[in-house]
Amino acid sequence: MSTEPLTPLDPAYVPVLRISLLMFGGLIAAGAAVIEVLRFLPMGLVILPVLAALAYIIWFVPARRYRRWGYDNSNGRLRIVQGYLFYSDTIVPFGRIQHIDVDQGPIERQYGLATLSVHTAGNHNDTVSLPGLRHTDALELREMIRAHIQSHRG
Amino acid sequence: MTEAAPLEAAEQLVAGKKLHPLGLLVGCVKGLPGLIFPILALTFGTRSASGDYNFILILLAVLLISLGFRWVSWLRFSYYLGPDDIRIESGWIDRNARSIPYDRIQDIGIEEEPLARILGLATVRFDTGGGSGDDDASLSYVTAQEAQALRETIRERKSGSADPAGATAEDAPQLDNAAPLFAMDNRRLLTFGLYSFSLIIVAILGGAAQQLDFLLPFDLWDVKAWIGLVEDRGVSIETFDLSARITVGVVAIIGLLILGVASGILATYLREYGFRLDRTPKGFRRRRGLLTKTDIAMPVGQIQAAIISTGPLRKRGGWHGLKFVSLAQESDKETDFVAAPFASMEEIAVILSETTIKQAGEGLDFERSPVGPWLDRWIVIAALVAVAIAGLWFALNIFAWWLLSIPAGLAAVLRFQWQRDMHAIDAEQLYARHGWWREQLDLARQINVQSVTISQGPIGRMRGLARLEFGLAGGYLAFRHLPIEQAKLISDTVMELVTPVDFSQLNVRP
Repeated sequence: MSTEPLTPLDPAYVPVLRISLLMFGGLIAAGAAVIEVLRFLPMGLVILPVLAALAYIIWFVPARRYRRWGYDNSNGRLRIVQGYLFYSDTIVPFGRIQHIDVDQGPIERQYGLATLSVHTAGNHNDTVSLPGLRHTDALELREMIRAHIQSHRG
Repeated sequence: MTEAAPLEAAEQLVAGKKLHPLGLLVGCVKGLPGLIFPILALTFGTRSASGDYNFILILLAVLLISLGFRWVSWLRFSYYLGPDDIRIESGWIDRNARSIPYDRIQDIGIEEEPLARILGLATVRFDTGGGSGDDDASLSYVTAQEAQALRETIRERKSGSADPAGATAEDAPQLDNAAPLFAMDNRRLLTFGLYSFSLIIVAILGGAAQQLDFLLPFDLWDVKAWIGLVEDRGVSIETFDLSARITVGVVAIIGLLILGVASGILATYLREYGFRLDRTPKGFRRRRGLLTKTDIAMPVGQIQAAIISTGPLRKRGGWHGLKFVSLAQESDKETDFVAAPFASMEEIAVILSETTIKQAGEGLDFERSPVGPWLDRWIVIAALVAVAIAGLWFALNIFAWWLLSIPAGLAAVLRFQWQRDMHAIDAEQLYARHGWWREQLDLARQINVQSVTISQGPIGRMRGLARLEFGLAGGYLAFRHLPIEQAKLISDTVMELVTPVDFSQLNVRP
């Protein structure tokens, strides 16, 4: 039911998000620096706003996104809610899950986190991902879903 | 190394079948357009001192090299029909051994391109239904008989001992004499072609003229030369008065119209010639095509949703198209199975009655979307137009009154779009209607829903509206604009129905 309480992600996901944004921001800052060097516009007109925007995003956005992320795995379904400005609420019944992946990117591995990816038979939404889980929690969730599917397979 | 030896010996025991050698020629010719640039480059590059072009020699050389490569690949390609799966082995450096279990093969599609058909060959496609863009295996080219035999064998082995009668009945020759469920005769094709007016050929010719005009002996774009030509014949520019210019303009437009109609008819004929949809014990079988013949099956149990579409003119004539959404992919361009591209609603009703999907009943309560989203779009565009007009007025002192036609026209379009956007839900199915130019009605059974997503953008959030998207195997069905509370309610209702039923009980794959 959509009224069940949502479990939040692991708090360690915030630094993981921050680091990914930092890397991406670095690329953008590099691009802005190139434009600066080429002197297309008056000095500082490009690089300062870009740096200010990046600083704001990298400082504030990860925590905000973390607060808006939650999941629930009761009632035989996986429900993932995320976002505020761009809100989405996805439900996948266990009985529709084809296979489950638990992946760890390099940054996630450093913090002991993992991403659970659930695949259905559909084209749209055929992969639904839940990041920011403790690695052990992700594996447990996977086993729980597997057991559920096993017991219900006709 | 020693472990590999017994395995290799076992592999050698089962001799795989090779593709037909003539297929090399077909592949070569088919691949020629792709080699046009190297051929041209070599031709120009190897110009002899006296300016001769060795075009023929280069063409032959390139053909021979291409043939050589294909022959080498052909040597290493073999397929084998095992008891449970089909094995395909290929490659010299990159050895590839693929095994496709019969269970995973939805069906065999047989495709006959014109050149292949002349030589009695066909392409066999294995539909594994892994979703769009999957690297499905295919055998090109085998003889047409082999293709049919393969299809029969695989069907037999799929159903195994469970339903031997069903397997052979699937494509028994007597079924060919049975009346098709739906067919398009030449008159229908002509009508279809007329409705498929297409100016694409004009765009292609224009583009070709622009790119290749260096090949022509005269300059295509030199207007003065055209006038000069005319003057030679005693007509001078002064006599080109208004009436003459109008006549020329009208003639040009009529020429374009004729060209559009002709290209539409031609494209339709080539694609849909001999269209027939037959009902088989397991589902449907569809054959069509003039140059490239295709023969595809669609089991009823794998149909996830139906899409009935029409256009502004077609609707007036009562013509609609019917497609099925499933995991099987028809070709690179068309992901849905085309059951009846141009038919009357009665014919479509007949086809639908053979599936598990029900038509939208008369008493069905369709709910319209709120006006909000369309109003927002209009406001944004109108604001931009206002800014543009103001800018032009202050900067250049022009009052671009004609820009006002944009919001006016847009209002009409958006109103149409809003009018046609509605959704409905009954005990078993979901219905979504949308589109103002290309109108579309999506029908799906709730039990086939794989996942549900409720999403909201910032503007939707302001208005309290959300988008409700039901993921299906091979597509989706969406209620595009509805209050978020209602979206949550519908999502819960559908999930209540769907959750207890496990995927294995659905017939998504055979």
